Order: sequence, then C-alpha cells, then structure tokens
Amino acid sequence: MNHQLVLKDVTVSYSRIPAVHHLSASVRCGSCVALLGPNGAGKTTLLKAIAGLLPLETGAIRFEGHELGTKPSRTIAYVPQREAVDWDFPITVRGLVEMGRYPSLGNWGRFGAKDHEAVEEALHVCDLEDLADRQISALSGGQQQRAFLARAWAQHAEIYLLDEPFTGLDRNATEAFAAAMRRLRDAGKLVIASHHDLKSVEALFDQILLINGELVACGPTAEAFTTQNLDRAYGMHIFSGHAHHHHEHA
Amino acid sequence: MNWLLEPFQYEFMQRALLACVLVGFTNGFLGAFVVVRRLALMADALSHSLLPGLALAAIVVGLSPAGLLLGGLLAAAFVALGGHLISRSSRIKEETAIAALYIIAFAFGIAIIKYAGVKVSLDHFLFGNILGVGDSDLWTSYGITCAVLLPLVALQRSLLLAIFESSVAKALGVPVGLLLGMLILLIVLAMVSSLQAVGVLLSLGLLILPAATIYLLSDSFDSMLWGGAALGTLGSIIGLLVSFWANIPSGPAIVLVLGLVFVAAYLFGPRYGIIPRSLKRRHLHEESLERWQK
Repeated sequence: MNHQLVLKDVTVSYSRIPAVHHLSASVRCGSCVALLGPNGAGKTTLLKAIAGLLPLETGAIRFEGHELGTKPSRTIAYVPQREAVDWDFPITVRGLVEMGRYPSLGNWGRFGAKDHEAVEEALHVCDLEDLADRQISALSGGQQQRAFLARAWAQHAEIYLLDEPFTGLDRNATEAFAAAMRRLRDAGKLVIASHHDLKSVEALFDQILLINGELVACGPTAEAFTTQNLDRAYGMHIFSGHAHHHHEHA
Repeated sequence: MNWLLEPFQYEFMQRALLACVLVGFTNGFLGAFVVVRRLALMADALSHSLLPGLALAAIVVGLSPAGLLLGGLLAAAFVALGGHLISRSSRIKEETAIAALYIIAFAFGIAIIKYAGVKVSLDHFLFGNILGVGDSDLWTSYGITCAVLLPLVALQRSLLLAIFESSVAKALGVPVGLLLGMLILLIVLAMVSSLQAVGVLLSLGLLILPAATIYLLSDSFDSMLWGGAALGTLGSIIGLLVSFWANIPSGPAIVLVLGLVFVAAYLFGPRYGIIPRSLKRRHLHEESLERWQK
C-alpha cells in the first residue's frame, strides 16, 4: 500500500506572517499521527491547510498522487475543536452521522439503504449504537468527539484531521476515543490529531509530526519521539515575521 | 360549527384567511433556520429597516407591491451589508453595528413617511391590516412563498451543513457565505410578505415564535421546519378569528396566539419544559444507574 499524504514545501501565512513555513513531510495511510509542537507552532494552521480551509502560499499537498491544496475534498474530514460546535442544535447522534452522507448525496440524492448501512457501520465503529437517538448535548465530551469521528467515517473519508481531540477527556474517555482511532487506522485510514500532552503520545500514536513553525521531526514514534527532538521543538524561537528578527542576532 | 364558518362568508375574511395560510406557513418554515442560526436579532434589525425602504419606495414609485418589495430589499441590504462592513473595518462588533444602522434607518423612515402620500398611514406600516389585503398583495404573497420555500427545500442539506458547523462545511466545499447571504435575503422577502398581515414591528413574531416553540418540544430539525410551518399557519388562522370576534387588530391577535403557545411550550413541554423537568426529578443517579447496568 502506498497511500501517502505528502506535504511539499508548504507555507501558510496570516496577513503575510507565516505560521507554518516551507514544511515538507509525508505520512502513510494506516497510521495515527500526533501533530506536536508548542503553542503557536502552527498545529491548527497546518490542519486547516490540509483541510483546504486556508490557502497555501507556497508548496503543495498531495494525496495518492492528486493535489489537494485549496480544493475541498470528500476524502478529508476535518473535526473542529469541541468549543466550535453548537451542542444545543436540534439533532441526534444519528442525525449528525447522517450528515456525513450529504456530501456524496448532494442536495437531491435519495437517502437509500446503502446510506443507512454506512451510518450504522459508523455508529458501530465508534461504539455509539446505544447513544444513537440522544440529542448531542446529552453526550459526554469523549462521546461527542466520537460522534464527529463517526460522521467522518460515514463520509468515507480517508484522512481524519482532529484538532486537540483528547483535551479535557479523562482516562476512560481517552481510552475509548483511542480505541475508535485505532479502528480507523486498522481500516487503512490516516488519522492526524494535534496533541499537547507529551506524556500520552507513546501510548496513543504510532507516528509523530513535530513542528515549530517549520518541520522538526517526522517519523515513527519509537524513532522520532526523542528528548533531543523535543528540546529542538520546544526550545527554539518561533519564526514569526520581521518584528522578531533581532532575536537571531542576540 | 356555524360560529367557526360564519366569519368566512365575508370576502375580506376569505382573502385574509388565504393570506394567513401563505404568510404563516412561509415564516414558520423559515423560522427554524433563524432560530438555530441565532439570527433573531438580525431579523429584528431587518424588520425595522424595512420601514424607510418602504417609505422611500412609496414616495418614488407609489404603492405598487413590486416597488415596496424593492425598497424593502434595498434597505435591508443596506443594514445587513453595512453592519458587516463596519464590523470588519472598525472595532465595533457586528451586532452593535447592525443595531446602530437599523435604528438610524428606522428614524429616517418615520421622519419621511408623511411625504409618502395620503393613503399610507404610519399605523398601517407598523401594525399591518390583514383585513385590507387586495389581489395584488395576495399575488405577492404567493410569489414570495414560492421564492422562499423552493430554495430552502432544495438546498436543505447544504444549509444544514452550513449552519451546523461552518468550518466543516467549508472543508467539504459548501459555499457557506453564499448560503447565509441567501438566508438573509429570504428573511427580508418573508417579512415583506408578512407586512400586510402584522406590520413591520410584529413580523418578527411570525418568523421566530413558531420555530422557537417547536425547538422547545423536539430534537429534530425536520420537525422544526414542518412543525413550525404548521404552527405558523394554524396560529395565524386562530389569531385572525380572535381578531374578528374580539374586534382587536389582526397583527397583535396573531402574535399573541403564537406567543401563548410559546409560553405554554416553555412551561409544559414534555422534554424541555421547566415544569415537567422540575417535577420529574429523574436525577442523575437514576440515569447513571441505568448506564451502569447496560
């Protein structure tokens, strides 16, 4: 299997100040990747760029040989931070997962047996069958995360981009979410999650992508998750435009 | 049964009934989007900004429905886009900018309305008169009902994606900005059509009360759409009858009927009503026990 997500010389800027610059890396499908780096390293920026929500200033993002870049795509599922969602929305878990089918159905396609099947499967993979008819605010934090994961599964996404999914989860919820994540991995999907708790990286992820405005390390957790790399990522100055250039001479 | 049918032997009541059905259904349906997207204050601002638009249109082109429609649309566009622009280009937040613009527009409308011609009174704009609907008003309502419902039904999935979580929708290629803009446009259209029935000030009630009521009763967006439409229709008809019997203006009668149902849902709604919730006392321990036993 040579399904790869390839980032080549990627730069993303906010008002001409690069948050991520000249970043090249590649990750294979069938893995859980931790996107690591200090606050302000550009983790969310990179996730949004892969999702096509931010324009690339330089470089390209390719998946299975096709360019993704700024074009929105069904193969990618972006899961926002929990605070970004209106949990009082009048929708049940099943309704949320059904929304995952909308992109392929369009506005007029009939919601058929195949779609119902995909929804049931997604609920099963994320272990939500018992909660399917609950309104989404009646879920715990971890269950809410899994509901969005299930929606992405129903969408038949290949790449799952998660923004800090483990924030605020306790041990049991973390374990349940990690189990769902591993099931996606075993099905050959690519999961990329920004993450800030360094202690849990080795237990949860098999690959890491360590950044700090630029690439610091990328590879299997066993090889790349080293003190030396972490010191390099968390110790150095973040490149943040001309205002800070004098630091380099200090 | 006679007492129910008796009012409708008058032709003006038959027209009023038809107007109620069209306006109540359209506003009730659209209201679901307004409530879940939290556009109620925006809609309030738009309803006020209709006044100067209508007054200007009446002065320039007279009281033709097309002219009024155009005037209303232009004024609402001024407030919605202007508010957006001011919030983008200064430290003023969007709701303040919109409130500032609509209240300026409203004052301007009241100031110039006396030039709008002898036939129009301020009362008529502000409170409407459903007993006075003419053929052209009814045709306008027909047109607006179609213009509002068709895109809402046809684009329902995209709209749902966009209003539920806009960044996910954008990542999927849904034109979020365009759809929300369309929603604003449809709100203005629906308000223009409810003008004749309930007036500028009360049009908001027709738009948000039915959907807000169903929101208190159900966890399904589909029920909010169709239930809101049904409730809007029914409430308008009952309001019309109340106004006939009690000899009060139709606008307040309709909004009061809808308001009564809303308060009842707030108090007695089985799932989210405050009284059943406080009576049930099905406290956490029961629910967690249930979960443990699974």
